[in-house]
Amino acid sequence: MFGAGGGTSAYVEAEDADLLILWGSNARETHPIFFHHVLQGLRKGTRMYSVDPRRTSTARWADGWLGLDVGTDIALANAIAREIIHADLVNHAFVDRATTGFDDYARSVEPYTLERASQITGVDAVLIRDLAHAYARADRAQICWTLGITEHHNAADYVFALINLALLTGHVGRYGSGLVPLRGQNNVQGGGDMGSIPAKLPGGYDLGDDEARARFETVWGAPITPEPGMHLSQMFEAMEAGTLKTLYCIGENPAESEANATHARHLLEGLDHLVVQDIFRTATADLADVVLPAAADWCEYEGTVTNSERRVQRVRKAIDPPGQARPDTHIICAVADRLGHDWGSPTAEQVWDELRSLSLNWHQGMTYARLEEHGGIQWPCPTLDHPGTPLMHARLWADDPAEIGTPAPFTPVEHVPPVDVLTEDYPIRLTTVRLLDAYNSGVQTGGYSSPMRRREALRMDRDDAQRLGITDGEKVRVVSRRGSVVAPVALDPSLRPGLASFTPHFSEEVDTNVLTNDAWDPKSGTSEFKATAIRIEKLADDVSRLPAAGH
Amino acid sequence: MDLRLSGAEATAEERAAVDALLDPLLGPREADDRAGPDSGHEARGHRHLLLPALHAVSDAVGTLTEGALNHVATRLSVPPADAYGVATFYAMFTVEPRAPRVVHVCDDVACGAAGGEALAGRLTAELGPEGTGADACWVRSPCLGLCERAPAVMFQLAGEPDFSHAPAVPDDVVAAARASSVVAGAATAVEADAAFADPGVSVPQTRAPRGERLRLLRRIGTVDPESLDDYRAHGGYDALRRAVDLGATRVIAELKDSSLTGRGGAAFPTGVKWDGVAAAPARPHYLVCNADESEPGTFKDRVLMEHDPFGLVEAMTIAGWVTGCERGYLYVRGEYPLATRRLAGAIEEARRRGYLGDDVMGEGFTFDIELRRGAGAYICGEETALLNSIEGFRGEPRNKPPFPSVSGLFGKPTVINNVETLYNVLQVLDVGGPAFASIGGERSTGTKLFCVSGAVAVPGVYEVDFGTTLRELLTLAGGLRGELRTILLGGAAGGFVMPDQLDVVLTLEGAREIGATLGSGVVLAFDTDADLTAILRRIAAFFRDESCGQCVPCRVGTVRQEEALARLERGAPLGSRDTELALLDDLARVMRDASICGLGQTAPAALQSALSLNLLSTPPDPSTNGHRKVTTT
Amino acid sequence: MTTTPVMLGDIKRVVTVTVDGREVRVPEGSTILQALHAEGTPQQADTPTLCWAPNLDPINACRACVVEVEGSRVLVPSCARKVEDDMEVRTDTDKVRHSRRMVLELLASSVDMSQASADVARWMSEYGVDADRYGPPAPPAQAGERDRRHAGHHHAPDGSHAETVAQPVKIDNDLYVRDYSRCILCYKCVNACGTDAQFTFAIAAAGRGFDARIATEFDAELPDSACVYCGNCIGVCPTGALKSVREHDLRAGDDWHPEEETVTTTVCSFCGVGCNLELHVQQGSIVNVTSPADHSVTHGHLCVKGRFGFQHVQNL
Repeated sequence: MFGAGGGTSAYVEAEDADLLILWGSNARETHPIFFHHVLQGLRKGTRMYSVDPRRTSTARWADGWLGLDVGTDIALANAIAREIIHADLVNHAFVDRATTGFDDYARSVEPYTLERASQITGVDAVLIRDLAHAYARADRAQICWTLGITEHHNAADYVFALINLALLTGHVGRYGSGLVPLRGQNNVQGGGDMGSIPAKLPGGYDLGDDEARARFETVWGAPITPEPGMHLSQMFEAMEAGTLKTLYCIGENPAESEANATHARHLLEGLDHLVVQDIFRTATADLADVVLPAAADWCEYEGTVTNSERRVQRVRKAIDPPGQARPDTHIICAVADRLGHDWGSPTAEQVWDELRSLSLNWHQGMTYARLEEHGGIQWPCPTLDHPGTPLMHARLWADDPAEIGTPAPFTPVEHVPPVDVLTEDYPIRLTTVRLLDAYNSGVQTGGYSSPMRRREALRMDRDDAQRLGITDGEKVRVVSRRGSVVAPVALDPSLRPGLASFTPHFSEEVDTNVLTNDAWDPKSGTSEFKATAIRIEKLADDVSRLPAAGH
Repeated sequence: MDLRLSGAEATAEERAAVDALLDPLLGPREADDRAGPDSGHEARGHRHLLLPALHAVSDAVGTLTEGALNHVATRLSVPPADAYGVATFYAMFTVEPRAPRVVHVCDDVACGAAGGEALAGRLTAELGPEGTGADACWVRSPCLGLCERAPAVMFQLAGEPDFSHAPAVPDDVVAAARASSVVAGAATAVEADAAFADPGVSVPQTRAPRGERLRLLRRIGTVDPESLDDYRAHGGYDALRRAVDLGATRVIAELKDSSLTGRGGAAFPTGVKWDGVAAAPARPHYLVCNADESEPGTFKDRVLMEHDPFGLVEAMTIAGWVTGCERGYLYVRGEYPLATRRLAGAIEEARRRGYLGDDVMGEGFTFDIELRRGAGAYICGEETALLNSIEGFRGEPRNKPPFPSVSGLFGKPTVINNVETLYNVLQVLDVGGPAFASIGGERSTGTKLFCVSGAVAVPGVYEVDFGTTLRELLTLAGGLRGELRTILLGGAAGGFVMPDQLDVVLTLEGAREIGATLGSGVVLAFDTDADLTAILRRIAAFFRDESCGQCVPCRVGTVRQEEALARLERGAPLGSRDTELALLDDLARVMRDASICGLGQTAPAALQSALSLNLLSTPPDPSTNGHRKVTTT
Repeated sequence: MTTTPVMLGDIKRVVTVTVDGREVRVPEGSTILQALHAEGTPQQADTPTLCWAPNLDPINACRACVVEVEGSRVLVPSCARKVEDDMEVRTDTDKVRHSRRMVLELLASSVDMSQASADVARWMSEYGVDADRYGPPAPPAQAGERDRRHAGHHHAPDGSHAETVAQPVKIDNDLYVRDYSRCILCYKCVNACGTDAQFTFAIAAAGRGFDARIATEFDAELPDSACVYCGNCIGVCPTGALKSVREHDLRAGDDWHPEEETVTTTVCSFCGVGCNLELHVQQGSIVNVTSPADHSVTHGHLCVKGRFGFQHVQNL
């Protein structure tokens, strides 16, 4: 944010915050060790709000739970902003010195009265007001979020809505205050930092940055187009349009992880050529023309990953890869070799040192030796004597305008309901949730035997089930506009009437993404996993009863 | 918090018992409890109600079932494993099915040989072996604090008030154990209370001609313990009035002038303690009255609370006002049903009449008292264990420092006083600090209560000036019965005094001179017929039972000590008697030097004292086969 | 490994204390043990500890680390006691040595210490522990018997056997075992499950005195308890009472080779928190996963995926 795609704060700051808002994040289960820091804060007196459609295990630790309807977060955030403005709790010292666009922003949130927000979100206006005042009055406050914010068709707007709140109250750039996006995967941050975001070069440089591009071209010995490439959702559109015919897929399982999975699989099957490089024979690999077995780099090779507090850390080889599996970089170099380019056989450290030579601001100071010595370093770390940067954007509090640099802009955003609207035919909102002991499409976590594991089930509210004449454990058909699946029902007290959930973990039991919507956010390319409209149909009587799925 | 509970559900009766306690405090539970327990700091802040909630279940149905514990856990946001850990810490609770009517039979140092063992034998014949029986059962109990009228039993009855019998008449005990109607039970409790109504039994000095120099005991037997007006007619609330007139600073000055020291055992100057808490910057401050009187042979606090309950309420109010506390916790031993009833009544009456509450006595300050019951754990008399117990944790002592005056109850500055100490405060305010200090000297000023029992003519609580000799005290108690073998001074954590030491001056300093301690004021006399080996084994067993288990020296040391003593008793030492004595000495040293709290540190005291005085030299009697000789008086 | 400097750390005063006659200077707020570790001689730094761990609040239960402090009648736990100006600490007196020896001896006489660390074995030898002098060990308790003991009641011993905590091992899930014959009741697992890390509170101390034990509610099997299998209890257990099923099975099959074990630090492959994992590898297989206690992300604690989710690289 503010030009740097990373969270602002170190985890440990959560322990010293006065207020934490976990917004669209069930960190208790999805980021358990980050939540340890939160819990230490709670032990010391930190107050916590949970903003989540479900009363998650995170929400059950919260001092206040705002159980909003799926896809109404922007309305809630804007109403919080309006209340802060009207209660004269804006941090003017910060807004005046370090931001731009306040007036436009203030005008944009004006229509979001507490009453209107309450109508849109389903949250009691008093609770919204309480949260607004608590956040604005806190000395140190953080907003932390996860996929509840980012898996929407307008996900980037959701993030802007939260950033606006931090700017309004000055909760950024100070120890204990900040914006903390919790990354879903171990190297989402690092992948983006290394340039896998279509519009970015490694080190966070924009593709349009001529000077940066020139430096990369010199070292890489190849021209770089200033035009951004495609992100995943655009790739699938291009497949559909027939303009993308060959796909080289590394460590991704789109046949199961993409929204509207039936459609995605159809497109993958239609490719001229599909290469899959993975540590597993995934469902996507089953569709591939060539499968390149990869080593599990986190324990079978070397490298670095970057976590949600921008900490770059080394991974190391502990065991040998099986069979013919080879490290990803080795495979890529071999492919380059076959294509007529001799990239040699660089070690992981050599690859990293090349990155350091190019990522001058973020990574230049991070030698392998220093990463080892310090237990990881948080970027930016521009020089060899730089300690790294646990807390970002402190510059915004500088007295000297020159030091402040580019002010942080408010970005007005509007509430737009989910694309997949609720109707009489599709009256229930299905959202996807993640479990503590499983991970994403389950290819890795399926490998161990968790005593907590239960059969995948449609989790739903008790009253909804009663209305439909459905009992705990009964098998039902779940129908969305894109497809249907059959699954047993598990009554779940964390869900409110009108809300149901599946996990993405057990596609062999329930192929959840057959239902989800592939509408995607033009700014980030993320699909609307979190908001699917469904109906639940009773099956004929002859369907066998299953044992109740646990919760 | 994200509790996870088993599917076991509370019965309607269990639920009602818990809700009757909690609804007035927390508000009724919402009908729709789908979302599970409430969350946040507020919900997590109710843990201190755990022990009262467990009592509520135990009082109503006896056994703490899994369903009942789940209900308590849900309502208080306490993890079920934690609730279980707390429930299993206390001897009066049971998580295993047990008969709803339980007779606790004291077999401790005073009662065991005085009819307790005989009663145990009779109950075994009538109700079955210890702990068995569907409708009624009996269990052994450590000292019930009724030593002046041994033998003692306490009835713990599901659905009915608890009560005591002492001296326990076997036929009556059996009948009461079997009586099952609630009405009869209530009547029995009242009758049982009535049996204590003659304080002259407990405090012989109050019998005609009435002792002239009674101060702490002056209202015992003369005041109606259930009447605030009668209390006031006997000088009640004069001390609080005087305190308010003097102002907090002057009260502390008077206390310092009085040289009053704490009567709980540590003998810390009360004025200094109060001054520390009064001046502590952190808020709020808390007052705790330690009424968990459990030292074997001790019963003085019980007598004070039963017969002059308003005195304690007034003294706590003074302490609260002086040290800046708006809330005081009065932690009464679970085995003291009558004292609990009388104190509850006194608190309620004082509240009703404006002597507790938001505007005490119209003086514009706030103070109220919460009565908490222990549940059978000697260790909770240790002040930091007591704090943990109040907070809803296991009664395990805390590491010190920090001391409670800095970080006590709920982590706040806390003044903790023993019952007898607080009654002394009334006395200090009555006569003034210098006059108080004129009795006795050094750290031993004012008067002292002694719990005289065993082989004396007239057992009971005696009040004497500091400086009285042991011989004079025994004379006051009507002299000895039989030929004196030894006296246990100070309780199980104390030591033995021999017949040639009776001229010891009963002060902290005087006792120390002969290597003894006054402890909790126990003076338990044994004649030459007493089975001292059995007494020592009972003491060793007591510490083994009462160790909280937290630290290694005490947890394992008390076991090894009892085992070694058993071998000596059987005349079957490992190696020689000398190696056993060396072993016991090694154990004593590590317990004394390295235990966390006073329990472990004093667990070897009486045994070491007995060994050094050759009290264990009696050859073993093979006929007892390791069990104590049963004697009746 | 050190952690990244933290901004706005507290500024600490330095306190001067005397240890065995030698002055040492340590930051205010340090414990005596921290002072011994940081500034002590090798012998002073080698203070025995069992219930202490660098990533847990001091528990102060085992009393193995006691030292003498001038002015204190009894010994003080160096793990919990904070240094004060002009404090005089003595670590090698008869009183200290006696208590340390006795603590280790009492444990050895009642608990199976055979899988405790090499340090523990060395301390027992150096302090002259003689666990046999309490008599032959009593036979093991029946399964569950110790879990049903009632506070305040025990059978009078005749002293012919030394009571112990021996009992059958509890195996009720696929991930880890609880072998309470090895439990010294150090409370580390309780605190790791509770307020030091995980806040799940699946286990607590139950019962009292020598009959105290670590238990779920009503001794429920782990899958019926609140346990979320983070394994942080295993991570802090000093005696092998808690261990992975894999380690248990390998040991039972005589296929456990600690002397060949390598430990490699890497980063967890799951969520974006970035927990450091120490992969313990024997004979080419990962046998255990821990995390460095001094790592700022984890403080040594993991979740179920980090600790047990590695199996996918070995299911071949």
